[in-house]
Amino acid sequence: MSIIEIKNLTKIYDGSGFEVKAVNGINLSFEKGEFAAIVGPSGSGKTTLLNMLGGLDHPTSGEVIVDGQNIWKLKSRKLTDFRLYNIGFVFQAYNLIPVLTAKENVEFIMHLQGRSKKERDSRTRELMQAVGLEERMNSRPSKLSGGQQQRVAVARALASKPKFILADEPTANLDSKSTETLLDIMEHLNKEEDITFIFSTHDARVVKKARRVITIEDGKVKSDEVR
Amino acid sequence: MIFSISWRNIWRNKVRSLVIITAVALGICAGVFSTAFMKGMMDQRIRQAISTEISHIQIHRQGYRQESSLQLYMNESPAVVEQIKKINHVKGASQRIIIQSMVSSAETSSGVKIAGIYPENEQNVTNLSTKIVEGKYFEGVPRNPVVIGKKLAEKLNVKLHSKIVITLQDMDKNITAGAFRIAGLFETPNSTYDKMSVFVRYNDLSRLLNLPEGASHEIAILVDDNEMVSSVQDEVKALVADYEVLNWKEISPEMGYITEVMDMYMYIFIIIILLALLFGIINTMLMVILERVKEIGMLLAVGMNKLRVFTMIVVETVQLSLVGGVAGMVVGSLISKYFETHAINLSRWAKGYSQLGYDTMVYCNLESEMIINITILVILTGIIAAIYPAYKALKYDPAEALRME
Repeated sequence: MSIIEIKNLTKIYDGSGFEVKAVNGINLSFEKGEFAAIVGPSGSGKTTLLNMLGGLDHPTSGEVIVDGQNIWKLKSRKLTDFRLYNIGFVFQAYNLIPVLTAKENVEFIMHLQGRSKKERDSRTRELMQAVGLEERMNSRPSKLSGGQQQRVAVARALASKPKFILADEPTANLDSKSTETLLDIMEHLNKEEDITFIFSTHDARVVKKARRVITIEDGKVKSDEVR
Repeated sequence: MIFSISWRNIWRNKVRSLVIITAVALGICAGVFSTAFMKGMMDQRIRQAISTEISHIQIHRQGYRQESSLQLYMNESPAVVEQIKKINHVKGASQRIIIQSMVSSAETSSGVKIAGIYPENEQNVTNLSTKIVEGKYFEGVPRNPVVIGKKLAEKLNVKLHSKIVITLQDMDKNITAGAFRIAGLFETPNSTYDKMSVFVRYNDLSRLLNLPEGASHEIAILVDDNEMVSSVQDEVKALVADYEVLNWKEISPEMGYITEVMDMYMYIFIIIILLALLFGIINTMLMVILERVKEIGMLLAVGMNKLRVFTMIVVETVQLSLVGGVAGMVVGSLISKYFETHAINLSRWAKGYSQLGYDTMVYCNLESEMIINITILVILTGIIAAIYPAYKALKYDPAEALRME
């Protein structure tokens, strides 16, 4: 059964005197536990599609249905809560809160969800262990390498126990070794916790690991390959 | 966690935060000190006016204060004074004969207010006896002693033990005069009062005026506790129902207004300081928001709602303002506390100050109520300063903010 269904999704940006169709009538669906990569050249519409999927960028038309609910029908506040409880985000530039330690960054989302300290502590420890950074729990992001920061970001994305994780070019700023480690961790979490991962990427190493590869060009799905 | 993030955010750019914290601290320090200084000066003026000039409560016959007529005297005032002295919290009571008259020396003359007093009673009501700078308080002159202000002596060009003549109209409306010899010269911080006030013995003046025995125009009462003035006034009113019984604020309304007006001025002064600082804080917070657009985008994206983002910015701004505010208040309070016991010498401007009745040695007076109110104002400033930057932050769309470099 699909957990995400995208129906005729379109995003048009208004330029001065012209229109840009970043996403042009895309139809897709994702099953629970998928490890999917959305690939395509720069400007093909990957990030826009991911943003609309994550409730960040309002589509011009079309629907994003998660568990039977069109998320773009939700009011702004409900949509924010929807993101908090259902979606984990991993960004290209890590985007950790610089004044918080790795542990606090992971805890932060659970704090927003109003979870108890005991629950926060145990989940944070478990996730930091899963991403192999138990020893660096009390380090601030500035004291961590790019790869380590992205692993913390993955732990943070998982902390809220989301239905799926959206990762926008998560390896773009990482070296080969860090990329390899991060992908192994995400693959492991995908299998162990049955979490759905959807990446936007043009990194061949990510594409290689993905079990489904959706290619986008000029805002349209060019191919959709399940391995 | 929001408090913790906000607090740590302040120290992300230490130099920038310290610049605005220092500005707030200096402003509040100046505000606290100026307020304590002005409050001290006003309190001294009021204390001085009460202890030297007007006392806490005065009793007159109805209409006397409007007409100042010699005929409007009160009868049997010694008995009234004795009864008043028995009231709880009354420190002293003294009856006075008050007339407006002319005092002359060999060289010149001057219009003055003459008070006929019982020196021993007056000592319990006013501090005139402690203000004697030359001679003695009604001593050293066997007949018709007079105590005048040093400033008046200079004006009349007379010295201690010189003779002066008081010319007045008696009860029968005859012009009469009496020669008095200066027993003492007094000096108060109020030079106008010193030039206008002359004190003689009750009996000497009463004889000159042909007043009936026991008659007086004024009974002045000093209370041992400022808070008890009103209750003592009520008891006195019950005792002398036919007379006008007024407290110091009613006798000299401008004195009563001084505190209120000064408090208002001080708050206006502090608000002006805070207004100036407000724009500095807004500027700093706008820079902060501009620097953290991407971070704000991330917070909104992961599910931090706008109210929480708003609260985080407000808390950070209030904390930033409070750090400076508290530092300013501590330093300002310490300075003010030091000058509560060490007078600030304003003698360079003494002439102007003493003509207005102010002491040239000012002791600060720092009130805890003032500190509480300034703290509230600083918090309010922080909240107001946060509104526009927070509003700017909330205008960002998460996707758009995340794209910004």
